Amino acid sequence: MAKTIEGLFYSESHEWIKVEGEYGYIGISDHAQEAMGNIVYVDMPEEDDEVAQGEDFGAVESVKAASDLISPVSGTVVEVNEALGDTPELLNQNAYDNWIIKVKISNPAELDNLMDATAYEEYCKNEQH
Amino acid sequence: MKYYDKLIFELSRQGRVGYTLPRNNWEKSADEIPAMLCRSVEAELPQVSELDVVRHYTNLSNMNFGVDTGFYPLGSCTMKYNPKINEEIAAMACFRDIHPLQPDCSVQGVLEVYDGLCRSLEAITGMAKFTLNPFAGAHGELTGLMVIRRYHELRGDDKRTKVIVPDSAHGTNPASAAVCGLNVVEVKSTADGCIDIDALRPLLDDTVAGIMMTNPNTLGLFETRIREIADMVHACGGLLYYDGANFNPLLGKVRPGDMGFDVLHLNLHKTFSTPHGGGGPGSGPVGVAKHLANCLPDMRVEHGDDGMLHCVSHPDATGQISGFMGNFGVILRAYAYILMLGKENIKLAGRLATLNANYVKESLKDCYKLPIEKVCKHEFVFDGLADKSTGVTTLDVAKRLLDYGFHAPTIYFPLLFHQAIMIEPTETESKETIDAFIEVMQRIAGEAIEMPDELHTAPHTTPVRRLDETTAAKHPVITYAELRLCNQPT
Repeated sequence: MAKTIEGLFYSESHEWIKVEGEYGYIGISDHAQEAMGNIVYVDMPEEDDEVAQGEDFGAVESVKAASDLISPVSGTVVEVNEALGDTPELLNQNAYDNWIIKVKISNPAELDNLMDATAYEEYCKNEQH
Repeated sequence: MKYYDKLIFELSRQGRVGYTLPRNNWEKSADEIPAMLCRSVEAELPQVSELDVVRHYTNLSNMNFGVDTGFYPLGSCTMKYNPKINEEIAAMACFRDIHPLQPDCSVQGVLEVYDGLCRSLEAITGMAKFTLNPFAGAHGELTGLMVIRRYHELRGDDKRTKVIVPDSAHGTNPASAAVCGLNVVEVKSTADGCIDIDALRPLLDDTVAGIMMTNPNTLGLFETRIREIADMVHACGGLLYYDGANFNPLLGKVRPGDMGFDVLHLNLHKTFSTPHGGGGPGSGPVGVAKHLANCLPDMRVEHGDDGMLHCVSHPDATGQISGFMGNFGVILRAYAYILMLGKENIKLAGRLATLNANYVKESLKDCYKLPIEKVCKHEFVFDGLADKSTGVTTLDVAKRLLDYGFHAPTIYFPLLFHQAIMIEPTETESKETIDAFIEVMQRIAGEAIEMPDELHTAPHTTPVRRLDETTAAKHPVITYAELRLCNQPT
């Protein structure tokens, strides 16, 4: 059973965001990494790139498929997790310890469009059946 | 089967050759070749005898699996039997020994084959004009999209940059659109596996170049509302592109031209029985409706006033997309197939392919999860095993099939289901073969419960066991030089 973590916000496209002040760390959920299988490449944006809620900001490639990464919020990329360049499998090992990008959130109200851990668990359950 | 895993380079011995060249009578010396055209490093070619080469490739080919050796239910690939008469005709000296730069007047028969296949495909698809020049399906897609872009350009409508692609589409569709410089917008499917028309409607505006559809779609389901979709897309000024990968079930029965499509590609190596896989050669003819005929790429075959056929160009054409006139050997085989079946028999192909697919689907839906209960066309998709509690995945099932002597179906595509298994038996298989496949699939479902570990480690009887796909994707070793580097002691 895929894990979720309390206190994070989740999107329907299976990204999570952890909010710290005006910044947010964005990654993919445990459910997403499980569904994708062994991840072999993460395509990431660059610092200072703009991201928008619901728009793609990169892609994750596994042995099964390539999936777009959809940003859960709008904002500016302030940091990317360089470690994923060489070791993308970190996302398989622990999807919540390994964020993909850190953004400066431009519109905190957008967080209301996301799910909490309980709602996301329910969402994943329904999606499977 | 003899185990054999040598590379031709490993057989190489300095100075060993399998040929003698005639004396060089060229008057010029090699020094006169411009430096920019010369290699800076010597080409590393294997040095082997003729017998080395023959044994090497014969041993490798004996380990191969193909339609000629067994059942190959690879979904969306239409791995039908390739009749041997196609090969006999393609090997005839009058076709085989010509040169692409010969004058038109000396290859009238060849141009007649080209023209004849165009006419046949026009009749079969309901399109007005064809080019046979694209080399494969995805090349056909790119050509078709270039034709669409050219059509809008010629009308002075330069803001149409959006291409709509359903989420069930073949991955090549969005890729071809991106290569063509167009922007891809995805449209969702409904729970019954067809395009969500309500999600499509708001996307239709004056920036739409076209929509790319596969019908039946990759779930093997016929998009029954296609006329409605065609009217909507045409009303906003966009065009409809038909991905012919799944044309087989419609062969001789339904015509994309009648459904409202403006552009399509066919895969001769799927629907029209030419050899397939291993990287080609394929062929992806593109057909268009009348208003797009001039935009087809150069060159094209036309009847001249002199009563002969000629290769000609057109000022409105989308440039040239292949050096000459496509993969002629493939074109010839497809024409042979069409003429061999004839107008009446060709209709049977699609009907039998549909019957076979539904038979497999109904026979296996108790052991495998069938997400959409509908009559399918030539293929269908299971979402893994019905019983998910065993932890046995679609990959395990696919690998286990190899132990039983079947090629695995397409897996993990389409992306709509996490455990997708996409099965396409084609019309050319007998009931006995299909029953044997069904029995093995049922047995594997039983094994998943009784001995799941055996499945996690499958295959057990193949020359190589389960491959490390992760390392292969992350650190691909493509050349012999790279392999040598890997094997060097550090």
